[in-house]
This record gives sequence, structure tokens and C-alpha cells, in this order.
Amino acid sequence: MATNTLTTNTKFTWGGGKSPFSVSYGKLMMWIFLLSDAFTFSSLLIAYGFIRYSFLEPIRNTIVKPFDHLSHEFVREMGEKGLFVKEHWPSPELVFNHFPFIHGVHLPLFFVSLMTFILIFSSVTMVLAVEAGHRMAKDEVSKYMFLTIIGGAAFLGCQAWEWTTFIGEGATLHGNPFGPTSFAALFFIVTGFHGFHVFSGVLLNVIIYFNVLAGTYEKRGHYEMVEKVGLYWHFVDLVWVFVFTFFYLI
Amino acid sequence: MSDHNMTHSHDDHEHHEDNFITKYVFSMDHKMIARQFLITGIIMGTIGMLMSLIFRLQLAYPDMTFPFLEGILGHWGKDGKLDPNFYLALITIHGTIMVFYVLTAGLSGTFSNLLIPLQVGARDMASPFMNMLSYWFFFTSSVVLLWSLFVDGGPASAGWTVYPPLSALPKAIPGSGTGMTLWLVAMVLFIASSLLGGINYIATILNMRTKGMKMSRMPLTIWAFITTAILGLLSFPVLLGGSLLLIFDRSFGTSFYLSEIVAEFAGGIERTGGSPILFQHLFWFLGHPEVYIILLPALGITSEVIATNSRKPIFGYRAMIGSILAIGILSFIVWGHHMFITGMNPFLGSVFMLGTLIIAVPSAVKTFNYLATLWQGNLKLTPAMMFAIGLVSLFISGGLTGIYLGNAALDINLHDTYFVVAHFHLVMGSAAIFGMMSGVYHWYPRMFGRMMNETAGHIHFWLTLISAYCVFFPMHFMGLAGVPRRYYANTAYDQFNVFVDMNQFITIAALLGGLAQVLFLANFFYSIFKGKRAVQNPWSSNTLEWTAPVEHLHGNWPGEIPHVYRWAYDYSKPGAEDDFIPQNVPDAGQIDPMEEANGLPEVAVEPLVAAEAAH
Repeated sequence: MATNTLTTNTKFTWGGGKSPFSVSYGKLMMWIFLLSDAFTFSSLLIAYGFIRYSFLEPIRNTIVKPFDHLSHEFVREMGEKGLFVKEHWPSPELVFNHFPFIHGVHLPLFFVSLMTFILIFSSVTMVLAVEAGHRMAKDEVSKYMFLTIIGGAAFLGCQAWEWTTFIGEGATLHGNPFGPTSFAALFFIVTGFHGFHVFSGVLLNVIIYFNVLAGTYEKRGHYEMVEKVGLYWHFVDLVWVFVFTFFYLI
Repeated sequence: MSDHNMTHSHDDHEHHEDNFITKYVFSMDHKMIARQFLITGIIMGTIGMLMSLIFRLQLAYPDMTFPFLEGILGHWGKDGKLDPNFYLALITIHGTIMVFYVLTAGLSGTFSNLLIPLQVGARDMASPFMNMLSYWFFFTSSVVLLWSLFVDGGPASAGWTVYPPLSALPKAIPGSGTGMTLWLVAMVLFIASSLLGGINYIATILNMRTKGMKMSRMPLTIWAFITTAILGLLSFPVLLGGSLLLIFDRSFGTSFYLSEIVAEFAGGIERTGGSPILFQHLFWFLGHPEVYIILLPALGITSEVIATNSRKPIFGYRAMIGSILAIGILSFIVWGHHMFITGMNPFLGSVFMLGTLIIAVPSAVKTFNYLATLWQGNLKLTPAMMFAIGLVSLFISGGLTGIYLGNAALDINLHDTYFVVAHFHLVMGSAAIFGMMSGVYHWYPRMFGRMMNETAGHIHFWLTLISAYCVFFPMHFMGLAGVPRRYYANTAYDQFNVFVDMNQFITIAALLGGLAQVLFLANFFYSIFKGKRAVQNPWSSNTLEWTAPVEHLHGNWPGEIPHVYRWAYDYSKPGAEDDFIPQNVPDAGQIDPMEEANGLPEVAVEPLVAAEAAH
């Protein structure tokens, strides 16, 4: 952003006649919206915590190790061995242990780590796009916006695959072969709500991308819209970090 | 940069042509949107009030039949008897309408929209388009809620708090069906509206104050509105999350709010693993700040009206700001006091109790400041002033019982009795309605360019005040005797039969209150067309909205936006020629609006205002 050239009196930041944070109202609104949205996610994550801790802790897995052979009957076997029971929250590393195109190997949380990496990497490209916008480098902005869109779309694809696999193993909104039904329901709600945010973000990014290509922002003299969608995109990333931590790691 | 943006976007707004649709329907002018909110709120309020009269009739005369009920309610009032299921629907929708549609959107939506740009000195809201969307989301939400009155099974009937399992199992009671679904849809739309509005209010107040409008010079109304907007912004999303989970429980077979105790009634699939208490937590995390979302704008309006009509500076301006902020912060950490009897850990209960009782401190600061402002003032008893004083009275009467209810041990006895009903109807229901009425009477000339009839206003005030106290005060005694709220006919229990006369008294008082509102409605709508023409600054007020011409302009001020040189409360300043000095009047020789104007203006105030009025 160009600096606020009208600011002559730095002493009175809050004195009126200008923005106290030297941001346009649009960017301020995006910040305020994100604050509000953070509370929506918090409510869902708190609901998750509330329900999760009404169940017993996951049973520690001493049976399978990473890269062990994974049979087709894995879920049933684990259930018989007492790892998936109604009273205990399932251990996420035993639930999310598949990887596309690799069959029969226990790969705990490998895929979700890849997803997380993709999403965080798309944040990096978004930063680069914003930075290029400050230099008014249209070609670079469009290049990095494009990469960000690819990253977002790839993440959504990964999520679709993960949902499909999870559903394929028998998980529904009111049924869960891994133990408490709440686990599956919460998983679908929270990752679904996050996925919806990513999806909206990708749509916004596509719109902005085409505007960049059309030279809208070059004519306007600044790439502030890229910054605004950037804020949203980083927020969605940040939320994923929490979802990842709560759902998969602890 | 940002400044350029602002000026540009607002220049654009001034040039386009208005036709009927853009002027009255999809208007982007904050003054028109404020009026849209007000009139929608008044319509919803009338409906909500009529509902309360119907169920008050039932409570007073449970054994009588009222043939006209069949006429207006159809099969819900068969043979002139109110259907018990519809009784539950009525109390639910009455609560929903009053809390959300009248006192949240109707109050905040009207006065935040009208006053924020005018009082901080902005051409319009930061985003007029989002402002318009906010109204239309609200409108759609109202339509959906009213539509739910006509669906099979009737509207939502689980109380305005829609606790599961009544709200989570579509087959629990008749009102748990389509009506409940529509209630949730309406609420999601409402949250979207409140979010769009709130973002706009905050951004406008922070970013678009005119030169010299320091935070410490803002009228208290603006402080109240920004705190309200922040509360709404942070609490409504939690209800959104809660509603989302409820929608899934209802429609997609999840069990976030269902545990073993209800599994039996769920039918078909096993519904365990959740807890209805979770919904209560999520609901009251909104629900408690919501009380202050309702109350703070009313208190802000009262501050302004009392100072203006006492012809005195508001007492303790900074303490008022501090107490608004303190109430705002505390409101987020006391929601558990609605849930003392849910089996909460007593230690946690005492934490919530402590927070609740601490709220009495800023509330008392505000009350005493109002009284100190009134003290030895040169009182101008306009209807607005009467309602503002009425608010202070109701706020004290209702607030005192809050100290009882905030006590975790006493609440075991008082929970869900008429004591609670009496408490919140006085402290946030009637008080906020009084604040809203005060605002309507005070800013009517600003909104419609005409004056309301004062005599009718005074009659309206006295009838409403008497009615409010006669309706809600006796309820305290009923509550102490253990009469539970939401019961269809208390005469079914022998021990409550002693209250038959009291119930009839309350209902008659309520009918009187209803009658008073008819007078208000007549006065309101008549004055829009036939009221006396308003002058520019009818109350000799200091705030900026009275420096704008009576006719509404896009952009509010012809020419330059006025700069601000002083706080909003320079009334009866010793030595000044007039008993008020508007905020846009500099001291003798003052050029920089950032300097504090402690002295006196050079020119007399009167000619300046007259000149602007003639403009």
C-alpha cells in the first residue's frame, strides 16, 4: 500500500478525518469479518472439544506401526482387538492411514500432512502475489495467483479423496465403524465447513485472477483486492492449522 | 491512500439518479435504510405484542372461551379456546420477534444506521451496498419467520431459546417440525444481516469520522453502537455454529445435542453421544451478549436524550464510556448464569456468579450518572425525555432483581419462574423498548422531517409506563411463589390458584399497554404525512446530525462535511450566549480541530444555525 499522503499530523491517529490504521474501509471490513468468522470456527471446535472429552481417551495403539501391512479388514480387526470401541474416541492415526495409489500399507497421517503442506504452500504463493502487487508487477501477480488457485484446488481434491475413503469405510453422519458416531459427524461438519471456506476462497481467487489478467487493478493503480483475498486465504489456512491439530494430532 | 478511496467512492454515490426502486426499495442511503429498519421493526413489534395479548388472555381466563380467537387463529383457536400447542408457539415467536427482530434489528438497525454516519460526520456508511444487503437479509428473515406461522404443525414452539431435544427432534411436539426448520433458516438469515450491518458500523466509526471527531469526542450513542456492533460480531457467529449443528441434528441424523435420555424418542437410528447442554452453552454465549446488544443502544440513546433535555453536560462522560466497555467485556464471561441448574460444577457456578454480580458495578455507574445528569438540570420534558427517564426507572427496578437471579444458590429456586420473566421484561424488554421509543420521538424530525404530536406522546408514555409496571411487577410475587413460566394454564395446580386475580390484573394492564401502542402507531404514521414541519435543530442539540439540512440528501451535507471542535455535551456553558454549543463550532480563534475547545465560540450560535436551516 502506498502510504497515507494526507497524514500531516501523526500525533492524532484517532483524531478523525482519516483511518486510524491507515487502511481502507474495505480491508478493515475484511479484518472485522475474519474476526467474526474466527468465532464461528471456534464455536465448532469448542463443540468438538465438548463432545470429544465426554468420551474416554483414545486407546494407545501398540499393534500396528508405520509402513506395516494393512489388510482390507483393518477396521474390523482393530475393532475386534478393542481399538475401536464405542466408549473411546478413536485414535486418528488409525483412522486416517491411507494414501492414494498405495494400497495395503499403514501410513498414519501421511496424506493429511501432504494436504496441510499443500495448503500452507498456497499461502506462500499468496504472499508472493501480494508482494508482487506492491511492485505493480502484473505478470508475477497473475503467476502467483494462479499457483495459489492450483494449491487451493489441490487441497479440495485431497479433501474429496479423504472424505470418499472415509465414507467408503462406512463412516456417515450417524454411523462410524471406528467408534463413537460423533467422531464421524464432527469430522464431516468441521472439515466440511472449512472446506466450504476453502472453496469460497478459490472462487474469490479465480475472480481476482481474471481481474488481474484483465488489468483491472493495474488501471486502478493498486492491487488492494489481492491483499484482501490474501487476508481471507491466510485466515482459512490458519483455521486449517487448528482443525489439523485438534482432529488429527491430539 | 485510504482517504482517496473514501472520497472517491462517496462522490460516486452523489451523482446517480433516483427512481422509486432505488430510493424506497433497494436504497443505499443510510437514512432510508434506517427508516426501513424502523418500520419493519414496528410491524414486527406490533405482531409480537398482539401475540403476547393473546396468550395473556389465556393465562388470565383459562376457563373462558373467546369466539374471536377462532376467527383469527383458525383451528388453533377451535371453539374459542387457545390450543395448548399454539400457546407454546406464541410464547416462542413472541420472544423471538421481540428479542431479535424488534430490539436487535429494529433498535440497532434503525439508530445505528441513522446516527452513525450523521453523528460521526460521514457521507454514508462505509459500504452502502452491504448496508442495503443487511436490510434485505433482515427483511427476508422476517418473512421466513412469519411464514412459519402458517406451516403444518405451527411455528417453532420450544421457547425462544429453542433448547434441544424439543428443537432437535422433528417429531417431538407439533412445533418441532417445519416451523422449527424455518425458525433456524430465519435465524441464519438474521445472523447474516447482523454481520453485514455490524461490520459496516464498526468500519464506519473507526475509519470515517470527520476531522476532529476524536474517539473521546464521540457522542455516547456512537460508543454504545460500536460496542453493540462488536458484541454482535463476536457472539452471533457462535449461534451460527450452534444452529448449524442443530440443523444437522434435525435433518441429517447427527446427534450433537442428543444423548441417551432422548434416544428412546428418536426413532430408527441410535441418537447418542452428544449433549443438550452443549447447545445451551453455544446459545447463551450469544444469548447473554445479546441482552447487551439490546440494552446498550437504548442506553446510548438515553445518554444523548437526557443530556440534551437536561441542558447539562452528561455527568461522567469518560466513566460512561468505561462502563459501556466494561459491560461489553463482562457480557462475554457470564453466560453460565443462565445455566446454573444444568448440573454445573458449583465452583464454575461461583465464577459465573461473580462475573454476573460485577456487571452491577458499571450498570450502577451508568444509572447514577443519569441521575446526576438530571440533577438540577433545566429539564425539558419532551416525550423522548419522558421515555428516557422511564428507561432509567425500569432499568433500576429490573436491574435489582438481577442481583437475586445472578446468585447461583437463589437461582435454584427462581430458575424458570415468573420471577425471571419479570426481571428480564423490566430490565431489557421494557427498558429497551422505552429507549427505542425515546429515540423514535427524539430523532423523528431527523428521520421524517416532521414532528410527532407531543400530547399523544405524553399519553403514550404514561399509559406504557403504568402498564409496564402493572404487568411485570406482580410477576415477581408469582415467581417467588414458584409459578413456572411457559405453563399453559396455571390454574391446573391448586397452589397457584391464589394468583387467578393477579393474572387477570396483569392481563388487563397488558391490554392497556397494547392500547397505548395503538396511540403511538397512529401518532407515528399520521405524523409522517401530516405532522408539523420540523426545524433543523428542534431540541437545540449539539451533535452533528442536527447540522445537516432537514431534507435528506445523498451525502448528508451540502458542501463540506463539518469539522468537530469539541465534545458533544457543551450544554449551558457558563458565559456562552446560548445554552448549547454544537460540536462543529470552534472556539474564538481556533483553527485546528484537533485542539481542545475549552473556551467559548466567537460568534453567537443562533445565527449560524439559522443560516444553515435556511440553506
